[in-house]
Amino acid sequence: MRRNYILLLALLICLPWFSGEYYVNLASQILIAAIFAASLNLLVGYAGLTSLGHASYLGLSAYISAWLSLRMGLGHAVTAPAALLLTTLIGCGFGWIALRASGLGFLMLTLALSQIVWGLCYRWVGVTNGDNGLSGLTRPSPFGIDLGNSSAFYWFVLIITVAALYSIARFVNSPFGATLRGTRDQWRRMSSLGYNVWGIRWVTFVFSSFLGALAGLLYVYFNKYIHPSVMSVTVSAEALLAVIAGGSGTLAGPVVGAALVMLLKNYASAYVERWNMLMGIVFVFIVIVMPAGIVPGTLALLRRLRGGPR
Amino acid sequence: MTAAMTPALEVRGLCKSYGGIAVTQNVSLTVAPGERRLIIGPNGAGKTTLFGLIQGEIKPDAGTIRVLGHDVTRQPVPERARVGMARTYQIINLFTRDTLAHNVVLSLMGLMPLKRNAFTALAARTDLYDKAAALLASVGLSHRAQHRISEISYGEQRRVEIALALAQEPKLLLLDEPFAGLSQDERLIIKELIASIPSETAIVMIEHDMDIALDFAEQITVLHYGQLIVEGDRNKVVNDPMTREIYLGH
Repeated sequence: MRRNYILLLALLICLPWFSGEYYVNLASQILIAAIFAASLNLLVGYAGLTSLGHASYLGLSAYISAWLSLRMGLGHAVTAPAALLLTTLIGCGFGWIALRASGLGFLMLTLALSQIVWGLCYRWVGVTNGDNGLSGLTRPSPFGIDLGNSSAFYWFVLIITVAALYSIARFVNSPFGATLRGTRDQWRRMSSLGYNVWGIRWVTFVFSSFLGALAGLLYVYFNKYIHPSVMSVTVSAEALLAVIAGGSGTLAGPVVGAALVMLLKNYASAYVERWNMLMGIVFVFIVIVMPAGIVPGTLALLRRLRGGPR
Repeated sequence: MTAAMTPALEVRGLCKSYGGIAVTQNVSLTVAPGERRLIIGPNGAGKTTLFGLIQGEIKPDAGTIRVLGHDVTRQPVPERARVGMARTYQIINLFTRDTLAHNVVLSLMGLMPLKRNAFTALAARTDLYDKAAALLASVGLSHRAQHRISEISYGEQRRVEIALALAQEPKLLLLDEPFAGLSQDERLIIKELIASIPSETAIVMIEHDMDIALDFAEQITVLHYGQLIVEGDRNKVVNDPMTREIYLGH
């Protein structure tokens, strides 16, 4: 398994040498979407808390970094940590509110909070420039490397993706990760065993919003432009779809799911006009054939083909 | 009062009502350290509500609860585990997707600072899994340690419930109908298992079936419509006309 991951990573590192710029940019977008979906998966898959407002953190971090650099004239060395920090702090507050409930109540609260932020972005024209969005942004150049170059940017995103996924893997396999899954499966039992269920969920919510903010930062670097639509419920729902289609509660699932959504959106739309319908059909097919998601479904299929125990 | 004399559980004037229905009415009881206490009563007597109040899942309207000398009346549920209380559930709620060993490890970690560690691999803590295996052996399930909960029988799940509670070495153990839904053979296994619990652990057991539970009890409390009707040792309670009337029905 580990050998496969290293092979895949080697392949991804080499990608810019054998593919055109279009595909390198598409790959960058897939990686950003993968970080975003993986961060949402911490809540959906590992905490059992389905959020429909995760786009807030992506958008907030993008907007904060854009605003600080455009209006305050600050450099990337300041805007990036500031955007991550402020968005994570907002995540602390939003988590505190949304975790008053679980299940459907949690979903509705996350949706409501994200709609507030989205509405604010549209209407608070003085700060966000409303429907026109914020443009004229730049990419950072760490250690003098110009990330304006699409290959360089791709490698930059790849490094951050690997770091983010590695930290998620460490997190979910740690003792804390085990207690998190415990609160998902039997929260009453966890409470009577001496665990602070609320605290465990809140810490996870904050970590998840931090990683969402990280994806937002990369998103705004990639596009060099930000529009309120990035905060819309569609973006949250697409990430949720990626998590569920790929396999929630697995490490690779959201990455595969995000790749699928991105490919359908960017690639299939060039050939099929009604690509939204195509996406719908694909997801209905996945849910019927592999209800647990592509990654667990494929693994189960492989085990069956090899004749092993199911 | 010396430490040895501090009751394991001291409930004073506990009341709880839902709407107009009083499910717990001014209940007071004291359980000595290491005591075996049986709480019986017909359906709807308020036994499980009383457990919920003691454990903290239900908030009382009035009264106080002290566990090993600590006033836990306003403490949240996890705080009570830290004080030394554990419970089993009438309706089994284990981590069905995980192995028996992992279930016990979750219980062990509940009282350890390790539970806040989000950086190191839990699987590397073989000492914890060894300890879990030893605990599973003590309930006769060492051969099942690597099975998932969903793969073992109902009777075995009952034993895991008890293993989880014992893993925290509680000073006060609440057993909520540990014999419910078991066959005669399985009942005997559980009965022996409960008899083997260290004598420093005070046990409060709710049980519907008097036949199996009577042997266990030193002290018996009879509840009826939320009220404490009779309390005393086995002979006193069994021969009390009130018990015969409300519980045994003759």
